[in-house]
Amino acid sequence: MSATFTLDGKEVPFRDGQTIIQAAQEQGAWIPHLCYHPEFKPHGSCKLCTVTVNGRHMASCTTQATAGQVVESNTEALNDERRTLLQMLFVEGNHFCPSCEKSGNCKLQATAYELGMMTPHFDHFYPSRPVDASHPEILLDFNRCILCSLCVRASRDVDKKFVFALSGRGIGTKLIVNAASGRLADTNVAMDDKALEVCPVGVILRKRHGFAVPIGERTYDKAPISECPDYSPLPAKEEA
Amino acid sequence: METKRKLRVATTSLAGCFGCHMSFLDIDEHLFELVELIEFDRSPLTDIKVVGDCDLGIIEGGLCNAENVHILREFRARCTKLVALGACAVNGGLPAQRNHLKLTEILEEVYHTSPGLAHGLIPNDPELPLPLNKVHPLHEVVKIDWFIPGCPPSGEAIWKALTDIVAGRDPELGFGTLHYD
Repeated sequence: MSATFTLDGKEVPFRDGQTIIQAAQEQGAWIPHLCYHPEFKPHGSCKLCTVTVNGRHMASCTTQATAGQVVESNTEALNDERRTLLQMLFVEGNHFCPSCEKSGNCKLQATAYELGMMTPHFDHFYPSRPVDASHPEILLDFNRCILCSLCVRASRDVDKKFVFALSGRGIGTKLIVNAASGRLADTNVAMDDKALEVCPVGVILRKRHGFAVPIGERTYDKAPISECPDYSPLPAKEEA
Repeated sequence: METKRKLRVATTSLAGCFGCHMSFLDIDEHLFELVELIEFDRSPLTDIKVVGDCDLGIIEGGLCNAENVHILREFRARCTKLVALGACAVNGGLPAQRNHLKLTEILEEVYHTSPGLAHGLIPNDPELPLPLNKVHPLHEVVKIDWFIPGCPPSGEAIWKALTDIVAGRDPELGFGTLHYD
């Protein structure tokens, strides 16, 4: 543990094979991210964890740490770009936070708060993807999906069930359920599946569990996401 | 003696629920400070029918019908700066959940086919503004200078934003006051 790189001017030690975001998180430094999760292989789709490494833009979830790298993350220019990425995610879906059961516990929302997003800025897409309410215990609202693929990875790598997949191309890309009927009820999904707990937004919801936590007590009411060590760098299973 | 001219402010509710105006009133006794700094033009709180030349227009609600668009354009023409106040003005809000339904089907259901309607008929008097096919946020029709999110923004958030604006700053909200819900 002698090799280090600098992150915003501070020395960050790392072990061989670690990515920049892994090493940073281990030191308690928050780099914004949505699709990254320490228990899964990086995906590199949300691009929020973009940093500059020796002056070049790189996704810190897929870039290996090497000795002497000069990494910048918390700069005005990078946070501007992240805000734009967030705005793109907000207008591509139907993020009507006032009626979403995930509000206050949503990583997309909390990250937008953290970066001071006052408006989604762009024209809205208003997608119209039907909800899947076929399962007696689980509801899927696909219009909130940010295609982070965490449920896909969790179902494939941990649950070994392949319940979810991403399908389509371009803006037509969407989350689908791997069943001949396309309905969640026709899969072997189970309530203790890892795939159900990793969704950072309000797509995968447990039925009859909404609005259970009083406003003020929700995860990101109490502290901004940058101060919530929601994912410990070591495998742990604390989830709000 | 130099007296500072009061900021002239108009407010309106388009496809809103008046909740943002209620939240505005939630600044409570700050209202007494505020009337020292601003005077109201057209607003649901005054009797002025047509918006005059203003420094600031504050608009809650998105756009759901032709009259909304007309008023928004009038505000844009008459106000130096425009504020989109609340989730509906910012992104269409919950009313925009009708955007995945066909307008004709909504009107049919509400005025025609629902049980308990005596002589179901979709209202067709020209006095009534025609609904837009979809609900839109304000910035898709006119330029908006500042956005204050929240459903509604808290009184605290509105007071912070207003004092920023009166002081000539861009309004900024931080942890605890910045909310979309």
